[in-house]
Amino acid sequence: MSVLDSKVPKGPIKDKWSNYKDHINLVNPANKRNIDVIVVGTGLAGGSAAATLAELGYNVKAFAYQDSPRRAHSIAAQGGINAAKNYQGDGDSTYRLFYDTVKGGDYRSREANVYRLAEVSANIIDQCVAQGVPFARDYGGLLDNRSFGGVLVSRTFYAKGQTGQQLLLGAYSAMNRQIARGKIEMFNRHEMLDVVLVDGKARGIITRNLITGEIERHSAHAVVIGTGGYGNVYFLSTNAMGSNATAAWKIHKKGAFFANPCYTQIHPTCIPRSGDYQSKLTLMSESLRNDGRIWVPAKIEDAKAIQQGKLKPTQIAEADRDYYLERRYPAFGNLVPRDVASRAAKERCDAGFGVNATGEAVYLDFAAAINRYGKEQAKIQGISNPSEAKVYELGQAIVEAKYGNLFQMYEKIVDENPYKTPMMIYPATHYTMGGVWVDYNLMTTVPGLYCIGEANFSDHGANRLGASALMQGLADGYFVLPYTIGDYLSDDIRTGKIPTDTPEFDEVEKAVKDKIDFFLNNDGTKSVDHFHKRLGKVMWEKVGMSRNAKGLTEAMAEIKAIREEFWKEVKVPGSGNEMNLELEKAGRVADFLELGELFAKDALVREESCGGHFREESAETDGPQKGEAKRNDKDFAFVSAWEYKGEPADAILHKEELEFNDIELKQRSYK
Amino acid sequence: MNLTLKIWRQKDSKTKGQMVDYKVTDISEHMSFLEMMDVLNEQLVNSGDEPIAFDHDCREGICGMCSMYINGEAHGPDRGVTTCQLHMRMFKDGDTITIEPWRAKAFPVIKDLVVDRMSFERIQQAGAYISVNTSGNTQDANSLPISKHAADEAMDAATCIGCGACVATCKNSSAMLFVGAKVSQYALLPQGQVEAVDRVKNMVAQMDLEGFGNCTNTGACEIECPKGISLENIARMNREFLKASLKG
Repeated sequence: MSVLDSKVPKGPIKDKWSNYKDHINLVNPANKRNIDVIVVGTGLAGGSAAATLAELGYNVKAFAYQDSPRRAHSIAAQGGINAAKNYQGDGDSTYRLFYDTVKGGDYRSREANVYRLAEVSANIIDQCVAQGVPFARDYGGLLDNRSFGGVLVSRTFYAKGQTGQQLLLGAYSAMNRQIARGKIEMFNRHEMLDVVLVDGKARGIITRNLITGEIERHSAHAVVIGTGGYGNVYFLSTNAMGSNATAAWKIHKKGAFFANPCYTQIHPTCIPRSGDYQSKLTLMSESLRNDGRIWVPAKIEDAKAIQQGKLKPTQIAEADRDYYLERRYPAFGNLVPRDVASRAAKERCDAGFGVNATGEAVYLDFAAAINRYGKEQAKIQGISNPSEAKVYELGQAIVEAKYGNLFQMYEKIVDENPYKTPMMIYPATHYTMGGVWVDYNLMTTVPGLYCIGEANFSDHGANRLGASALMQGLADGYFVLPYTIGDYLSDDIRTGKIPTDTPEFDEVEKAVKDKIDFFLNNDGTKSVDHFHKRLGKVMWEKVGMSRNAKGLTEAMAEIKAIREEFWKEVKVPGSGNEMNLELEKAGRVADFLELGELFAKDALVREESCGGHFREESAETDGPQKGEAKRNDKDFAFVSAWEYKGEPADAILHKEELEFNDIELKQRSYK
Repeated sequence: MNLTLKIWRQKDSKTKGQMVDYKVTDISEHMSFLEMMDVLNEQLVNSGDEPIAFDHDCREGICGMCSMYINGEAHGPDRGVTTCQLHMRMFKDGDTITIEPWRAKAFPVIKDLVVDRMSFERIQQAGAYISVNTSGNTQDANSLPISKHAADEAMDAATCIGCGACVATCKNSSAMLFVGAKVSQYALLPQGQVEAVDRVKNMVAQMDLEGFGNCTNTGACEIECPKGISLENIARMNREFLKASLKG
């Protein structure tokens, strides 16, 4: 019997959430005033949770490392947010959104959680519109939708290419209202450095004021972690520079199990790396694949000439181009899901067909789309026998209207005009489906400690569909956690304020201070970034898009060695009682150096290919699916939840078996 | 390329600061400005010096964190970009580049190039919201049609990233573009009408309290705004304010 209890309510899937809500314990409004809740992180999940809990009457303390909640990295999400509104009348429903999400996640998510997510998705749109989020509309004044990869309906709501920004500003406005009322006490430029448990329950956190360096104690009746994913374990990713796993990792070390760390999304359409100085990667919305055709040269000598700068892509004849996605996946073509598109790009580049100086890029070509739209426009405008230049001009205008901001962004970064020459793209780490294990209430294995949004593992299984991250973050924060946390807090109405002058706080605060002192006095020889880059290189090469037992075993040993060297040789200048950005980075990289090893261990144990996790040993060997990922439902239909036992290599695996009662398990085929 | 950098160094809000010269070599034209700063900081850490503190986070032009005043311009010489999107190809080998923090009374320096923008937070808290609780029972999103034109205009105003370049650029350190953009977003939408009078009055009052200057319509803020927020938003705020004053 597993120690894990998912607490999924009984009954038919479509009734679970409403029945559950009807029967959980509530806290009466007068008592809510006596209860404090800490929310760490102010992105879509943390921000929406903090605002909603404060509206309900709890005293909320919210924490962000940035100078404002509005700057959390949810702000950078471009494409959109899914919701089963069926405004387009194309047959969408709660069940379809649920089905697509479970299938897209390669059948490695918990059915009941995903169904609930689909169920509340429509409420999110209503709530955001009521807040004044300016979603795109059609000429009749109603909300517009677009379609995203891996699904057959149009259910994605959007605000230009800045949907994440607008949704976050919505949650931020709701927070501001509560900050003004005094129901949220906002701690900007504060970083959580550990959690404090009292009698086994989460009762507070230790933070560092990033301006003064002061170490502070904060207590509450419950602690909510909404600090995002751990993609920066790769050093280069589309995450923000400050995005980190410290809060999630610290709670793991205090007893919260960490689930499925190996499930990472590598997004196919990012701007390639240009040199060793590169600090981060920039994503371009996957909507580009609606009109762009992906290719590399078919002849290796052409690829070499391009890499050396002797040949331009426009000089390569149509017949000498390999549109490898259209070749391998005729049914879905350039619109295969993210994991499939990413692996296919890597396969071509590993074979030597990459198209920039680093050999790590493929083309995304809009020439065909420009030509197609141009001809269509010429017909609409009644221009007979239009010249090639005219067709191009008309087509370019259409492509510009659809993707103008992305083309402009590309040109600013790469300094090439993507209307004239194909874009270059390469996959980059983008999102982590794994995270802190939570039950149906979003509570971790530590009582009173909750985890929401990307930081938890729950809803996306082994692969996340486009426009689903925003949906999950807001579902957790607006509509799930505020209910489920009440059930737990109803036992705390007579507890009274949690004191911070106790041995439990003393002990954790001392450990935090000791670590800071260690960094400042270590007097090593190498910068924090030096170690972070080395970790990233191992992660990318051996725990990246394609993994095997040998590489993963090596990765575990190499990461351990880097970690040991880090503790000997890291150098952190400055002092502790001031703003010290190197000190902040040191703490975060120390945690990544542990998380990376557990990540590799998890990938090693999962001897199947599923979603973002591709094990070379587990591929189809013959038939039409030859070379494609082979999932193993018989042996691996479980969630890996790791218990901390000191060294990451010693972590103990607990399995939550996944049951599929409402969906039949099938191979994901995009041929 | 090789560059000389003149950078504002200031230990904390209480200590007097000064410009300090640094040299960087072998800078690639493909680097972003912040990556060039990373190279300098790595150099400083390796030689045991304190690196330069600067705000940055998303490095894709949307978080609004980065805030450098470069050669006398907010976010540097390029248009429509934040500092993280400014590339070194905008500079030449041998250039001397001056880098300062945002300069405004309402944005005190915290350290080096990092400033305190809490004044922006307090302005937002004064009224930049619609008072609607989360319930799951608000009306269906499509029961309130909004003309595409109004929705698009509200979106244009809402793209403000709150970086403060408008304030840093303005000779009066006015925050009118920032506040105007937020007031406009709500003024253009039917959801914003109920609280329109109090919103504009309270936000403007808070703006004045924070010590931002007045607007004298020079339009420099619009030119330096990385998101192209239009001056029309200031005009709209003034109209809203006048309307609110007449309503009492």
